[in-house]
Amino acid sequence: MIVVKDLRKAFGEVKAVNGVSFEARDGQITGLLGPNGAGKTTTLRMLYSLLPPDSGEIRIDGLDPTRDAMEIKRTLGVVPDSRGLYTRLTARENIVYYGELHGMGKAAIAERIEELTATLDMGDFIDRRTEGFSQGQRVKVAIARAMVHRPQTVLMDEPSNGLDVMSTRALREYVRSLRSAGHSVVLSTHIMQEVAALCDRIVIIAKGEVAADGTAEQLLERAGCESLEDAFVKLIGSEEGLLA
Amino acid sequence: MSGLTTVFLKEVRENVRDRRALFNSLLLGPLLFPLLFVGLMWFLESAERERQEQALELPVVGAEYAPSLIRFLEQQGTLIEAAPEDPEELVRNQEKPVILRILPEYPEKWAEGLPAPVEVISDPSRQESNAAIRRVKMLLSGYGSQIASLRLQLRGVSPQLASPVMIKDVDLSTPKSRAILAVIFLPYVLMITAFTGATHLAMDTTAGEKERKSLEPLLINPVPRWQIMTGKMVTTTVFAMASLALTLVSFRIVLPYMPIGAFGMDLTLGLDTLLRILLVIAPVAILAAALLTLLASFAKSYREAQSYMGLVILIPMIPSLIFMANPIRAEAWMMAVPLFSQNLLIGEIIREEVVPAAWYGLSIVSTLAIGLALAVMAATLYNRPKLIFGSS
Repeated sequence: MIVVKDLRKAFGEVKAVNGVSFEARDGQITGLLGPNGAGKTTTLRMLYSLLPPDSGEIRIDGLDPTRDAMEIKRTLGVVPDSRGLYTRLTARENIVYYGELHGMGKAAIAERIEELTATLDMGDFIDRRTEGFSQGQRVKVAIARAMVHRPQTVLMDEPSNGLDVMSTRALREYVRSLRSAGHSVVLSTHIMQEVAALCDRIVIIAKGEVAADGTAEQLLERAGCESLEDAFVKLIGSEEGLLA
Repeated sequence: MSGLTTVFLKEVRENVRDRRALFNSLLLGPLLFPLLFVGLMWFLESAERERQEQALELPVVGAEYAPSLIRFLEQQGTLIEAAPEDPEELVRNQEKPVILRILPEYPEKWAEGLPAPVEVISDPSRQESNAAIRRVKMLLSGYGSQIASLRLQLRGVSPQLASPVMIKDVDLSTPKSRAILAVIFLPYVLMITAFTGATHLAMDTTAGEKERKSLEPLLINPVPRWQIMTGKMVTTTVFAMASLALTLVSFRIVLPYMPIGAFGMDLTLGLDTLLRILLVIAPVAILAAALLTLLASFAKSYREAQSYMGLVILIPMIPSLIFMANPIRAEAWMMAVPLFSQNLLIGEIIREEVVPAAWYGLSIVSTLAIGLALAVMAATLYNRPKLIFGSS
């Protein structure tokens, strides 16, 4: 469960995040939807404690990232925008590294990797070096790496970026399975179809502020539109960034 | 601390698989420098020998004015050549290193017992002609003093009166202390190796990680950042040390093939000497790893980091260059200056001088102190978000 209240972050003159508030409940998928440069990534970076907020409050299962950074990192699984795999290591070694950094034992890591390899269908490439992996393979390894320590809360930044249709389907299926297992999932995206297909709750962010917040039906109703795309344009007040 | 160990083991595994890392750290220095050293020595020695053994070819202008001088030169093995048209031009064009001109007034002055003029035409700014110039001048002054003795004897004066001082050489240098070139060259090479051995790793584990976008996910793990950075620096230090150890071993292997004698060198690196050198230089590896990691952490990419490294590599050269230009005697206070102290100590060790234990201690402690201070700075650097995300 994530509670964010009036979060603010400025880089010099640029107010990247300017008063963002939302909630992400357990057993739900929450989508942060917004054009490029709206402040989604900055918000996520504050959630996983790599950026200190200028002001505002964050609670993840009652913990504050600015004070309990280590504790929060243990309960979070993060798939950042930059996948950043080590190309001279195999997929398995990449995942083992993160398991060890989380202080897990060898046996526990091995067992968990078996599980994730089956779930994410990585059997073909788990023992290959990640040099030359396809986008889909890379995202799978990045997810497995983020999930190795069974985090309760999962943050994903643009998870379907660069994925083909099949990989996107597999990804969505996996995210839904996380919801069924009671995890709290937050994903940021600029793709309308993604939120429509996945999210229980949509937080529209534009220019560092929350433009609207609710279920898909609620947003349609508020905007008085037929399609989510029209609603999105109406709610953020411009078409900027939609085509990106 | 388990985070530190995990990072260390992963960096080692990853970089052992990296051909560029292996080449830079473990092959380039250890192979290149000793071969360069031996090659240079062979070249210098054979060039020197050639110059000494070769008969001296000497064109003479106005040979007819001084037949007895010419006879003397020929007796000494000089090949007298016919007079060229324009001697100055010949020397200027580097066709001849040295030409002798006997002036027309030579016989007249000679007969009067006055100094008879000869000209040695040469360009001493050309290194390669110096040997020939030296030989010609030695022959001329040899002829001069021979004639001087004869003239004195003819007048009933003992020639000994004309040499009031007798110079005798009492040479106390041992063959080891004459290994001057090695004393300058080896510390220089080792100091550079400590840095080159660390360079690639320092860049790859920081700027490289940032460039591959794996730094951000890495820092989301529940491991304190100082442990992550320290794990990386330990890896870099280990590679630098391996590079140093291999360089020393390879020096030990090639030294027996060195042309000994020409430079009065007798240099063997025993195991004891190797270990002592390694002990002296080890803190430099830590200093280099910390300094390079600190600098590379500011760079956004491997390439940007590389542009800093070009300047940094000058640092370990400074002490050696100073000592080459101006050799100084080792004193206790110098041991507190990193890089200088190692330079001096390695020199002393090679010369097999007895070095006070306190000097070792002071050198190690002062270098470690600065190295660790830099390491602490580097370890806390990624607490600044700006450096994690680079430009974005």
